[in-house]
Amino acid sequence: MTEPITAGSAVHPARAEPPAAQTRRLRAEGLTVSFRLPDATVRAVSGADFEVRPGRCLALVGESGCGKSVLAHALLGLLPGNAEVSGRVLLEQDGQELELVGAPQAVLARRVRGRSIGLIPQSPATHLTPVRTARAQLEEALRELGAARPRERADELAERHGLHPADLDRYPHELSGGMAQRVANAMALAGDPWLLLADEPTSGLDRPLVDRAMAALRELCDEGRAVLLITHDLRAAERVADDVAVMYAGRLVEAGPAGKVLHRPRHPYAAGLAAARPDRAFVPIPGMPPELTRLPDGCAFAPRCSAAGAACAVPPPTTGGVACHHPLPEQDARGGGGSPDRDPLESRRA
Amino acid sequence: MLEAREITVRYGRQAALDRLSFTLEPGRTTGLGGPSGCGKSTLARVLSLMLRPASGTVTVDGRTVRGWRQRAPRELRTRVALVYQQPRLAVDPRLTLAEIIAEPSAAAGRADPDRAAALAAETGLTRDLLTRRPHEVSDGQLQRACVARALSLEPRYLICDEMTTMLDASTQAHLVAVVEAYRERSGAGVLAVSHDDVLLSRWAHRTVRFDRP
Repeated sequence: MTEPITAGSAVHPARAEPPAAQTRRLRAEGLTVSFRLPDATVRAVSGADFEVRPGRCLALVGESGCGKSVLAHALLGLLPGNAEVSGRVLLEQDGQELELVGAPQAVLARRVRGRSIGLIPQSPATHLTPVRTARAQLEEALRELGAARPRERADELAERHGLHPADLDRYPHELSGGMAQRVANAMALAGDPWLLLADEPTSGLDRPLVDRAMAALRELCDEGRAVLLITHDLRAAERVADDVAVMYAGRLVEAGPAGKVLHRPRHPYAAGLAAARPDRAFVPIPGMPPELTRLPDGCAFAPRCSAAGAACAVPPPTTGGVACHHPLPEQDARGGGGSPDRDPLESRRA
Repeated sequence: MLEAREITVRYGRQAALDRLSFTLEPGRTTGLGGPSGCGKSTLARVLSLMLRPASGTVTVDGRTVRGWRQRAPRELRTRVALVYQQPRLAVDPRLTLAEIIAEPSAAAGRADPDRAAALAAETGLTRDLLTRRPHEVSDGQLQRACVARALSLEPRYLICDEMTTMLDASTQAHLVAVVEAYRERSGAGVLAVSHDDVLLSRWAHRTVRFDRP
């Protein structure tokens, strides 16, 4: 019996959602991406199930090279030509369902990118074209998306995102890191998308700027948009996410409410990642992740897992959001065993 | 001691450092914190002899630095090693990871394959990774190679400029442990530059904080 990991599903039904938002949803089922190389196949994403809904932020966390960014680019149809995508990604909006896997580029360009799904890029300062002002680029985006009065609309967007309209007349190198971030947010929102994909939006920013960027994402959620945040920064995820999905070697190994996954994880990898934080035990997980060209047949984490046994030679089923043959016991949020300062692997090591 | 006295560095009309003095002691880890743009990386580059200041002096174990970058005398240059924030910008993309790690010792005429292999193992790099080039490995794996490279000439001082900012929690904990193990066995001085106060409070013996100039 395998139940899909459905991060972002109605975990807090009490939170009110705008009525129009009820019809909007992005749902991935068994999303799989591989790249064919001359002598090998890279299995970047294996059977990912998740759901993103308005008013909520799902953070996808994991180490670099685990397949997070590939997953994000698959949603926008922005993968290189040798990518093979299978599974389903359904974009539900305005009473319609659009299958994104295999959708023609023309459909993605006209209906999805920028209009339904906006992309907040990695390192905003380098994402902008260096030889044109922020305004030229923002107005171009607005024109392409069919805005009637791009100049006025650009000023509005700037003010809405904490920039002075005059700041838009600067070139990217004249913007501070925080200002470049705000320009990138304004550009992502130029087509008023209901879903925002933020791919490592904080890399290279210092902690106060990370906090500000996360607060901006939270505001977007609170005004009824959906946010899919991709990050390796657990503290950033903690600040903004309602739900967290942990990715390891192309698979989602644990997903659920942020407080649970970040503070009381049950998958040994998620627990090891939590314990490695400098405000926790600060101990690394032994070993390295497997090559995506040579994934083991069974659990991909087994070679690094102190609790691995014979059962781990076959892929683990997903139960209660955890894909593991021997998850850590469920901990009570208020119980003594659930303290976030405790090293979750301690009992195993003893 | 690695000492900077009355250092001034200007970018155009803006002073990034203004008559700043700083001492890095051997055997200890000193944290350097503060917001972006406060001059942390500028000081890191001056201390690693990569940037000539407009005025002021740097002394390495009592010897005053007179040449910078490739003009620094080899015995001073190899006493200080630097690990950068972005490993991809800090390596030659044509070299394999094994060649990246061995590069400084080869350049110094002190090639030592056993030591390179031991460092690779200590940073967690497996044999099959060592034959790859930078585009075939992740940021975390490449930064492991950069740390092994920085330790290959057994520097007296190691400057880590936002070494783990781009890395996940587990790789961060591993690389900090590798640097601390090296410091303990060699008595080297470590400068940990980071904007992450939580990390510095866990890593450094003492932390100096810069404000914006």
